Amino acid sequence: MAAAARFTVVGGGLAGLMTTIKLAEAGHQVDILSLVPVKRSHSVCAQGGINGAVNTKGEGDHPDIHVKDTLRGGDFLAEQVSVKGMCYAAPGIIYLLDRMGVTFNRTPEGLLDFRRFGGTLHHRTAFAGATTGQQLLYALDEQVRRWEAEGRVTKYEYWEWLGMVKDGSGRCIGSAAMDLRTNEIRTLPAEAVCLATGGPGIVFGRSTNSIINTGTAAGRAFMEGALYANGEFIQVHPTSIPGEDKLRLMSESVRGEGGRVWVPKTKGDTRPPQAIPESERWYFLEERYPKYKNLVPRDVATREIFQVCREMGMGLGGQDAVYLDVTHIPAKTLDAKLKGVMEIYEKFVGDDPRNVPMKIFPGMHYSMGGLYVNFERGPNDEPLAGSPVNQSTNIPGLYAAGEADYAYHGANRLGANSLLSCIYGGMIGGPAMVAFAKNQAKSAADADNQKYFAEAKKFWEERFSGIKAMQGKENPFQLAKELGDVMTENCTVVRYNDRLKKAVERIREFKDRWKNVNALDTSTVANRHISYVNQLWNMFELAEVIAKSALLRDECRGAHYKPDFKLPEPKSKDPREDAEWMEKWRERNEKWAKLSIAKHNPEGPDISYEDLPTPVLEPEPRWYA
Amino acid sequence: MDTATAQAPAITGTKHVKFRIWRQEGPDGQGHFDEFRVPYRPGANVISCLMEIQRNPVTIDGKQVAPIIWDAACLEEVCGSCAMNINGRVRMACSALIDKVIGEGEAIITLEPMKKFPVTRDLAVDRSRMFEALKRVKGWIPVDGTHNLGPGPRQSPKEQSTMYVLSTCITCGSCVEACPQVTLENNFIGAAAISQARLFNMNPTGRMNSEERVRGIMGPGGIQDCGKAQNCVKVCPKEIPLTTSIAVMNREVTKQVVKDIFFSMGDDNQSTGGPG
Ligand SMILES: Cc1cc2nc3c(=O)[nH]c(=O)nc-3n(C[C@H](O)[C@H](O)[C@H](O)COP(=O)(O)OP(=O)(O)OC[C@H]3O[C@@H](n4cnc5c(N)ncnc54)[C@H](O)[C@@H]3O)c2cc1C
Ligand code: SF4
Ligand code: FES
Repeated sequence: MAAAARFTVVGGGLAGLMTTIKLAEAGHQVDILSLVPVKRSHSVCAQGGINGAVNTKGEGDHPDIHVKDTLRGGDFLAEQVSVKGMCYAAPGIIYLLDRMGVTFNRTPEGLLDFRRFGGTLHHRTAFAGATTGQQLLYALDEQVRRWEAEGRVTKYEYWEWLGMVKDGSGRCIGSAAMDLRTNEIRTLPAEAVCLATGGPGIVFGRSTNSIINTGTAAGRAFMEGALYANGEFIQVHPTSIPGEDKLRLMSESVRGEGGRVWVPKTKGDTRPPQAIPESERWYFLEERYPKYKNLVPRDVATREIFQVCREMGMGLGGQDAVYLDVTHIPAKTLDAKLKGVMEIYEKFVGDDPRNVPMKIFPGMHYSMGGLYVNFERGPNDEPLAGSPVNQSTNIPGLYAAGEADYAYHGANRLGANSLLSCIYGGMIGGPAMVAFAKNQAKSAADADNQKYFAEAKKFWEERFSGIKAMQGKENPFQLAKELGDVMTENCTVVRYNDRLKKAVERIREFKDRWKNVNALDTSTVANRHISYVNQLWNMFELAEVIAKSALLRDECRGAHYKPDFKLPEPKSKDPREDAEWMEKWRERNEKWAKLSIAKHNPEGPDISYEDLPTPVLEPEPRWYA
Repeated sequence: MDTATAQAPAITGTKHVKFRIWRQEGPDGQGHFDEFRVPYRPGANVISCLMEIQRNPVTIDGKQVAPIIWDAACLEEVCGSCAMNINGRVRMACSALIDKVIGEGEAIITLEPMKKFPVTRDLAVDRSRMFEALKRVKGWIPVDGTHNLGPGPRQSPKEQSTMYVLSTCITCGSCVEACPQVTLENNFIGAAAISQARLFNMNPTGRMNSEERVRGIMGPGGIQDCGKAQNCVKVCPKEIPLTTSIAVMNREVTKQVVKDIFFSMGDDNQSTGGPG
């Protein structure tokens, strides 16, 4: 490898930008691709904060406790080595962001302030108002702009990554991409490629995600041989505002700052919320979880809200809605700490949440599953620094980081751990790519490889002229909407095998109907519709992985909840005291504490299971009561 | 327009909203309007209506057309993608609720791209000038590296809250669009970048390079081209105190100019009048 080699990073969210910074800082050239200007990537939406056991509140917090909370929160399906590395790196990452100028909230003494988030009993979440993701993304965007000004980074904004270019041995030697403004197709050689392309929220139609989060890149990489792990684990956030076009998140930080969830005790109570006295309100989370109260992990809170509305019919006005109430918190505090989300509610609903309790309902939010990646276990059971294995997919030369990888969150992600995992993934992924390149006998840009690039270019040009010529009856946007309905209906909070089976069939039908799509647009400039038609197929691929993995996992774990396969309630409050129950739990764990791994097959994904080493923490029953 | 006024009385009880949308094929292309009728839904916004049109891209005269091209991502007014002219006023399409827009008396909603940026297609524009301006003001903190160097400098909550507001700029371009000094051809740096220069000069570490940023906003296309129309601050969706930022930076520029004169005089003294 030349001293200054060329790499490609796909994605300009937190994960992609951090990977880019690490590569540029090491003296290399980076091409960074993004569907939108990187500053507009989905990470900008994150509200609540970023976790790190900095322990400035005298609570005795420690990275080990962060590790434990994360692994328990994920119901022991997270990759433990990477989780440990992440939690130990977290305080340093927060300090780094602070040095980069992130406008984190401060204590009176001028130190970083921390707030509470779900699934922990500590103040561990650093935050910048309620637009933490925006502030973090901007800080990294600014650093990348600095490298860009120095000529180390080349931005390809409005460029869509289409697929890998592989050499004869199967090594990924670069990418094919399309300029969304001119529709030009180009290939980009790279010593290694990192997919930091975010999550697949739009596969569910409406979600809390940005509308560019179709998961297309992961879907295509999967078709090209990359393995996809834990696809069935989809996080439905307890508190979002349903909307026509999207489900707008009301951050967990609202509860972290004292927000309370309730419904009227009397079914069908039609009084305005302010007129309902305290004694006639049912704070069901506080009642059922006296220790964690409103800050139980997301999967738990979501199921409770679902149960209250759907099974008990106690939702507001009999509808899918409960109150999220901050009216007891002084407006000044709300403005200092939660202004961003207060404004979203005000702007899109029209009520002022400082005076009127918000109406919320769970909404699809995050994918714990993603591209399968590896780590090299070093001393202390953290990823070995500088190893080429870290964040590597099963395809040589292809890396993945951020929401696009599967590793850090297991069966359920804790709030404010994602921004952290994105940045940490970039911090170890960038050096890993360099190490990989150093070990290669041949450069990706070698003249010998020209033929592979030429073939890829031809393949994609033909693919898009084919799509442009599609004049069938199906409107691709309509098809996507139907897909979203099927996924939301069957693959979110409560899952049943018969319905999942149907969902898989429906997805197969969508794939058939795709062949009869109308591309709607024959223009040769900025034709984003041909891009969308291609993306739609990739969305079907991921949808099928998600639905089929969910169908095959016959247990309840984290966000994956199947009432038909639920363990009975333990007889003791602490389940470990119920020997009989523990036996059942052990049996279940033996069978299912495994990663589900999807491998592409045109007939439908092949799902297999892989044991998950547990060097850091032995699995134990997860309970929060 | 005539047809629109004719429909006006029906609006309160309408089941449909009428859209008049600018179509343009590429940067040099001529344009025209297409009209669409979209079913009215409470809570709908301009983007959700554009999505509705995507699913059925047929104009009022029954013509099948290509769906509209526009920019959007977050749909909650934080990514800055979707600024456009809505009934002649620049604003974010995702937070432009239909009820509000038609409540302003227009019976029909007209969508046009911003005019101070080259059109990519339809409502999508190329806002590179916004990002170039951020390079010009060196809008970043020059950290030594990403290795672990411990915490950053302490800051008071008061400083934090001022900086936080400045750092919520979503680079939407509305301020530039509304500014009478900006044209497609000139390179006036615009309010957003000036305000960013202020932000980084406030940061305890950023302050060390404040001179570079001040120089960045001097010279051709710099802060002195500001005509003080104050349109920027009125249209900013994030309510950033842009005119204050401009005033603050103007003072810094003046200080720099005085300093420069002083030092150049010093240089002159040394080269010509020295005793040597
Ligand atoms: C509303 C909301 C609030 C959240 N709040 C928090 C929070 O408070 N704390 C927390 O820890 N987490 C939070 N999360 C989760 C977190 O924001 C995301 O998981 C995280 O930002 C993902 O970052 P990323 O870098 O992996 O990807 P993204 O930020 O999604 O970036 C993906 C990038 O890939 C690019 N891309 C995708 N496909 C292609 C392609 N084919 N070609 C080229 N480029 C492509 C996109 O343009 C983009 O630049 C929140 C999520 C949501 C939805
Ligand atoms: S200053 Fe305001 S109007 Fe200007 S780009 Fe930033 S957010 Fe938009
Ligand atoms: S879509 Fe992000 S600001 Fe409107």
